[in-house]
Amino acid sequence: MFDTTMIMAILPEILMLILGLLVLVFDLIWKKRDGRDLGWLTAGGLLFILIVTAAIARPAESTLVFGGMIRYDMMSYVFKLLFIFGSMMTSFFMMDIEQLGKRGEAYILLLVATIGMSLMASSADLIMLYLAIETTSIPMYVLAGFMRDDEKSTEAGFKYLLFGAMSSTIMLYGFSLIFGFTGTTALTAITDFTLPLAVGIIFLMMVGIAFKISLAPLHFWAPDVYEGAPTPITGYLSTASKAAGFAVLLRLFLGLFPETSPYAPTWTMIMAVLATITMTLGNAVALSQTNIKRMLAYSSIAHAGYALVGVVSLSELGVGSVTFYLIAYVMTNLAAFGVIAAFSRVAGSDEISDYAGMSRRNPTLALVALVAFLSLTGMPPFGGFVAKVFVFAAAVKADMIWLAVIGVLNSIIGVYYYLTVLKVIYLHRMEGENEEAHPIPITRPYAIALTVLSFAILAIGIVFGPWFNIASSVAEGLF
Amino acid sequence: MTFPILSVIIFSPIVAALIILLMPADRKTEIRVMALMTAAFALILSLWVYLNYDQTLAGYQFVEKYDWMPDFGISLHLGVDGISTPLLLLTGVVMFTGVIISWGIEDRPREFFAFLFLLASGVFGVFVALDLFMLFFFYEIAVFPMYLLIAIWGWVETREYAAMKLTLYLFIGSVIALLGALAMYFQSGLGTFDMLLLETANFSPEFQKIWFLPIFLGFAVLGGIWPFHNWSPDGHVAAPTAVSMFHAGVLMKLGAFAALRVGIMLLPLGAVFWAPLILMLATVNVVYGAFIAMIQTDLKYMIGFSSVSHMGLVMLGFATLTEQGMTGAGVQMFSHGVMTALFFAATGMVYDRAHTRQIPELGGMIKPLPWVGVAFIVGGLVSMGMPGFSGFVAEFPIFMGVWQVKPWVAILAVISIVITAAYIMLAIRRTFFGEMPKELEGHITPITAIDKVVLVLLSGLMIGLGMFPSIMVPMVQTGVQNVLRILGGA
Repeated sequence: MFDTTMIMAILPEILMLILGLLVLVFDLIWKKRDGRDLGWLTAGGLLFILIVTAAIARPAESTLVFGGMIRYDMMSYVFKLLFIFGSMMTSFFMMDIEQLGKRGEAYILLLVATIGMSLMASSADLIMLYLAIETTSIPMYVLAGFMRDDEKSTEAGFKYLLFGAMSSTIMLYGFSLIFGFTGTTALTAITDFTLPLAVGIIFLMMVGIAFKISLAPLHFWAPDVYEGAPTPITGYLSTASKAAGFAVLLRLFLGLFPETSPYAPTWTMIMAVLATITMTLGNAVALSQTNIKRMLAYSSIAHAGYALVGVVSLSELGVGSVTFYLIAYVMTNLAAFGVIAAFSRVAGSDEISDYAGMSRRNPTLALVALVAFLSLTGMPPFGGFVAKVFVFAAAVKADMIWLAVIGVLNSIIGVYYYLTVLKVIYLHRMEGENEEAHPIPITRPYAIALTVLSFAILAIGIVFGPWFNIASSVAEGLF
Repeated sequence: MTFPILSVIIFSPIVAALIILLMPADRKTEIRVMALMTAAFALILSLWVYLNYDQTLAGYQFVEKYDWMPDFGISLHLGVDGISTPLLLLTGVVMFTGVIISWGIEDRPREFFAFLFLLASGVFGVFVALDLFMLFFFYEIAVFPMYLLIAIWGWVETREYAAMKLTLYLFIGSVIALLGALAMYFQSGLGTFDMLLLETANFSPEFQKIWFLPIFLGFAVLGGIWPFHNWSPDGHVAAPTAVSMFHAGVLMKLGAFAALRVGIMLLPLGAVFWAPLILMLATVNVVYGAFIAMIQTDLKYMIGFSSVSHMGLVMLGFATLTEQGMTGAGVQMFSHGVMTALFFAATGMVYDRAHTRQIPELGGMIKPLPWVGVAFIVGGLVSMGMPGFSGFVAEFPIFMGVWQVKPWVAILAVISIVITAAYIMLAIRRTFFGEMPKELEGHITPITAIDKVVLVLLSGLMIGLGMFPSIMVPMVQTGVQNVLRILGGA
């Protein structure tokens, strides 16, 4: 009944479930403990899972397991590693946040969400996919509203819930139409790509995915939720959760309407238009933000647009470049939110103007911010540069030069607001110019996570060859 | 296995920057000494490359090639030719003198030198890169530290504005050129970013005509070409002295050099087609820059616009597509680099003491600051293109080249020399001679011994090159002949 392939296919999920149970038990039975114990347990456990998964769960070939529910291929492998890594970094960031770091539920919810994302990246059946999406979303709703005393956090959780439930219902309706017309829910079983109502189905499914990856015009929730949610959760939401959405997007659309389908030009054109609107809107609105979390929310909307440029080109290079983009983006944005969490924990503010004098209050933290923001800008030697080049290269190769031009122009808008933050950090002074009296101490979990992330950003940006090979191996299973 | 000297030149500043960042912030003297040692090391290595470049062999030398991303045809392919070797030396010189000039920076010197060295690495990288991807990689590395260097350590009045303006201009230029590079990559079908292979790609004439302008102008933004020159004087003025030196001395050459290397050498047919337009734009640069420089009252603005004018001569030389013109342009890049570095160094020394750069508020500086005065005059003579100085060696062939192509353009451009002479002499007279204003008397302290090293080194180079053109001109010629071979084959 069970063979090793089946175990390997869901090995990370099994291990994360065990870890979650461990955290639960530990939380209940040991009352006298130091505040960070649960955090270290989660982070350490995830590191272990990351290493084990990377070492032994690499698929030799693409296979379908569990009666066609789960696909075991390079794509699921790469994305799972990415989610586990993101989740590990998030648990580092959570440890020292009041009301969040000492509570076992927070870590369990994080782990369950990660399990859901892992399944999102590997499901090969519409029902499995929907279940995976809900497994991810529900813990995220709770986590976004975790700070019960904080009005903004409660509002964020509730808003996220309403928007999320709504959009996933619409997507579910799209799924039901596919089932109705084809009589199957297995993605691989659908070989006739000329469905009736295909354009309508494309739209319905797009709604669900566009919500997940915050594409315009379904991006409205993002700034409010990002601002209100606890910062480490925001970081997780904007990186791993978005990457999971992209994994679904690639699987679903390249699976249902591949290049050979007559609808391929339709949906790529819709996507190209959405990418244009998303990039432009995200960047333009980010310009006027005064709250750094809101600014990064709009920036992450814009980044979803850039990544979408790679999807549109419908090629192996495109899929590889999207995956590479997501890897670089996850590292970069996690670092950015890590800096914000570390800063606001001490300074108690997320206003950009309050970052004045930060480079004097903690030069090292300022340097990490520099790395993260320049990588978001797309400057070498950081990961963001190579990622952008590959995505635009995919567009140029697909003869969509106009899209590449729009992307490039947008990245120039990005330069302005990212550099403005750096300007405040490095150039402006605190009131009274006595920064030395207000240092920003960094606790150990932040130090570890931010160091790892900074080096990862540099590694992706400089030794990009091996990373890109991993990313493009994702494409092999899809084409 | 020979010693990988070019990679050492590129990466030693980055390594030094990392080491400096790890040093404690309050050990300022140690940080400065470390910075000076790094700069001296880079200078010695680049001088070694210059002296050991074999002119009889010509072509690309000290070549290194390491696969970086074989699937994409990206490799770390480095090498220098007759055009880039002098620029390598120029970077070494400006870096060394820039570190000395920045000795007195008290506000976070650790970060200052780290960013400056990152910038230097990028500049070295662009000059020696033979791979298009790597060229962009280093090009961007050279651009962004500029923002922080100007915004943090620049002149309080305009630094935020100027730094942002500069970064946006340069970034727009470079990303547009980047698109062109990607188009070339896919169009060639060779699957490589190696520029030596792309030279043989034989792009269709239509393709070359479409993409030449975005690529050439994208890079030429950094070379200060009209009408995209506007960032440059503002940037020069707002930057701290060492950064102005780097900026006008080296960075603007980066733009011109990349425009030549990528624009003209990879898309020769496009270059031939668009050369008249570039010629026009460059002529506007030369004449307009000189006129605007004449009406400036701020010394740094004056030098900034004079840079626009002089960089116009470089573009003019390129646009002639003749041996004389391009050789002159190659020498002009070096000569102008040293000259502006000297101007900015001298201006910085005056400003540090007088606390003003307004020409009408200065005067009689030659008495307390004789070294600075003499150096400024040497720079002025170079700027005017006096025989016996490097400016003449550079500008005379450019005008010869232009005359061959369009005599009336040469006549127009020569007017700029007269204007240059006028504003330079006026500035020298008002700043260094005449009566010293009452409020400055007694405040002008003499310069230090290491400041003199800077002035002597830079002036000496210009006089040396003026007296003995053979130390550089034949070398540049070998590089230009290669460009002409490509153009001729087109």
